[in-house]
Amino acid sequence: MNQALHDFGDYVAAALPRHVLSTEVVNDELVVHAGREGLLRVLTYLRDDQNSQFKQLMDVTAVDHPDREQRFDIVYNLLSPRQNQRIRVKLATDESTPVPTATGVFSSANWYEREVWDLFGVVFSEHPDLRRILTDYGFEGHPLRKDFPLTGYVEVRYDEDQKRVVYEPVKLQQEFRTFDFMSPWEGMLQPRSEEAATDSEATPAAAPSGDKS
Amino acid sequence: MAETEIKPLTLNFGPQHPAAHGVLRLVLDMDGEIIERADPHIGLLHRGTEKLIEYKTYLQAVPYFDRLDYVAPMNQEHAFALAVEKLLGITAPPRAQYIRVLYSEIGRLLNHLLNIAAFALDVGAITPIFWAFEEREKLMEFYERASGARMHAAYFRPGGVHQDLPAGLIEDIGRFCETFPRHIEHLETLLTDNRIFRQRTVDIGIISVEDAMDWGFTGPMLRGSGVAWDLRKAQPYECYEDLEFDIPVGKNGDCFDRYLVRIEEMRQSIHIMQQCLQQMPEGPVVVQDQKLTPPRRAEMKTSMEALIHHFKLYTEGYHVPVGETYTAVEAPKGEFGVYLVADGTNRPYRCKIRAPGFAHLSAMDFMCRGHMLADSVAVLGSMDIVFGEVDR
Repeated sequence: MNQALHDFGDYVAAALPRHVLSTEVVNDELVVHAGREGLLRVLTYLRDDQNSQFKQLMDVTAVDHPDREQRFDIVYNLLSPRQNQRIRVKLATDESTPVPTATGVFSSANWYEREVWDLFGVVFSEHPDLRRILTDYGFEGHPLRKDFPLTGYVEVRYDEDQKRVVYEPVKLQQEFRTFDFMSPWEGMLQPRSEEAATDSEATPAAAPSGDKS
Repeated sequence: MAETEIKPLTLNFGPQHPAAHGVLRLVLDMDGEIIERADPHIGLLHRGTEKLIEYKTYLQAVPYFDRLDYVAPMNQEHAFALAVEKLLGITAPPRAQYIRVLYSEIGRLLNHLLNIAAFALDVGAITPIFWAFEEREKLMEFYERASGARMHAAYFRPGGVHQDLPAGLIEDIGRFCETFPRHIEHLETLLTDNRIFRQRTVDIGIISVEDAMDWGFTGPMLRGSGVAWDLRKAQPYECYEDLEFDIPVGKNGDCFDRYLVRIEEMRQSIHIMQQCLQQMPEGPVVVQDQKLTPPRRAEMKTSMEALIHHFKLYTEGYHVPVGETYTAVEAPKGEFGVYLVADGTNRPYRCKIRAPGFAHLSAMDFMCRGHMLADSVAVLGSMDIVFGEVDR
């Protein structure tokens, strides 16, 4: 399974050497990193090539990494029912540079890109209908960015005097609290593979002491 | 007679309309009674689930999934549980897998019963909804007996299920499986050969295989067009590999075929449930790893270790190693996927929820163009839209 994915990644990279920046296999899932100019070429190739036939664009989303210069990863999840395979195309971008729209390649990209624009503020060039989709009419900001507060900036209530819903700055009854339970100790922090090795030794030793107490 | 320009009428459909299935606002440009353009305005039920999940531990994120597609809650949890398990590198023990499949299929029944009945109501038949809700109530009772909640169960957790099934439940579900096919037949006598129902659904909202693929359709919407694509068969998760069932497909890809697919899927679900009940193995229902799953309460009374584990798991939670995955399950409405990015802490860095209804609704404009106004209701009903998952 894994080898087949590696092979297919190499196949795609060989077919589009200028547009595919790199390929990798993460958790048994194939990821292709594409450049901004080559994105549509890669998507079209994956859709039309006889050996891939990724006819379905299942999802377009973004991940925000505020510490990076290219802070957004745009992620396209594709599915090939014919080959029974999934592939993930990734593209790094910043706040201001537009990403070419995939609406011409997959119709389903239309709303997914509207959603990414709405929640992350990534602009898609030549998108036919780039309006907000999930947030309120007249909403400001892009809520899924990491620097957008969880509580938001405005709240609404019905005003009895004005007989309409009014927008007001958020007033919290108590201070917003984030519970940071992150422990400085090891144990819970260790990745599974290492933990499994140490854990099997640690548990028998710990169990008797537990009984005593 | 002098020519006169008629301004196309703009019609607001919803958000407060019984056929809008919740809070859909549909802005329709009408030419007489023909729809020229449909513009769905969604987001009226947007609760920021994805943002909230980023601020919760992995375990605390589970209940949010019940509130997405609140018609079949456990199927959503399933996708999240599988995604977290994949990142943690664990698999649920066999008994947990069978319980999960059993309850996923109950979820499928819950969903299809509501969809078929509400769809029938939209196109003029009022009786099915009463009959279907009676059956749904029985199924929700099974939910309640396993998890303690009729709807928002939080039952499938990463690592397995929360609790083992109580005594006698398996027998009761078995009895239900014997009587339920008769209720499907009753439902069919009201609808399948009903002239009004057929006139409202046959050849309405036809979508070809190519278009269905292009618009990202999954589930009964895709199968109604004749593609035998089902993740339970194609990319089997849990114990679906060991179970026998068929994938019903439609022929014409119209609203009526999608209805027939759902009816047949209910029969297949019953078949799967019966196999689960027969083959249900004994054993633990969660991964026996105290770093991931909480100890039993009785154990905590005597063991200090167990108490510490319990405290740590419910405050800090477990840490998920760095990685990302897109894991999908065949939810009743189609492919429900979770794109989970973990950064090695106790909270998800990003959790994107891929809801099938979102893709289906985005094709509303495409499917409604040129249809009559009343057909838009039939198309919407056959899409099986629930706003909890579309708006997230």
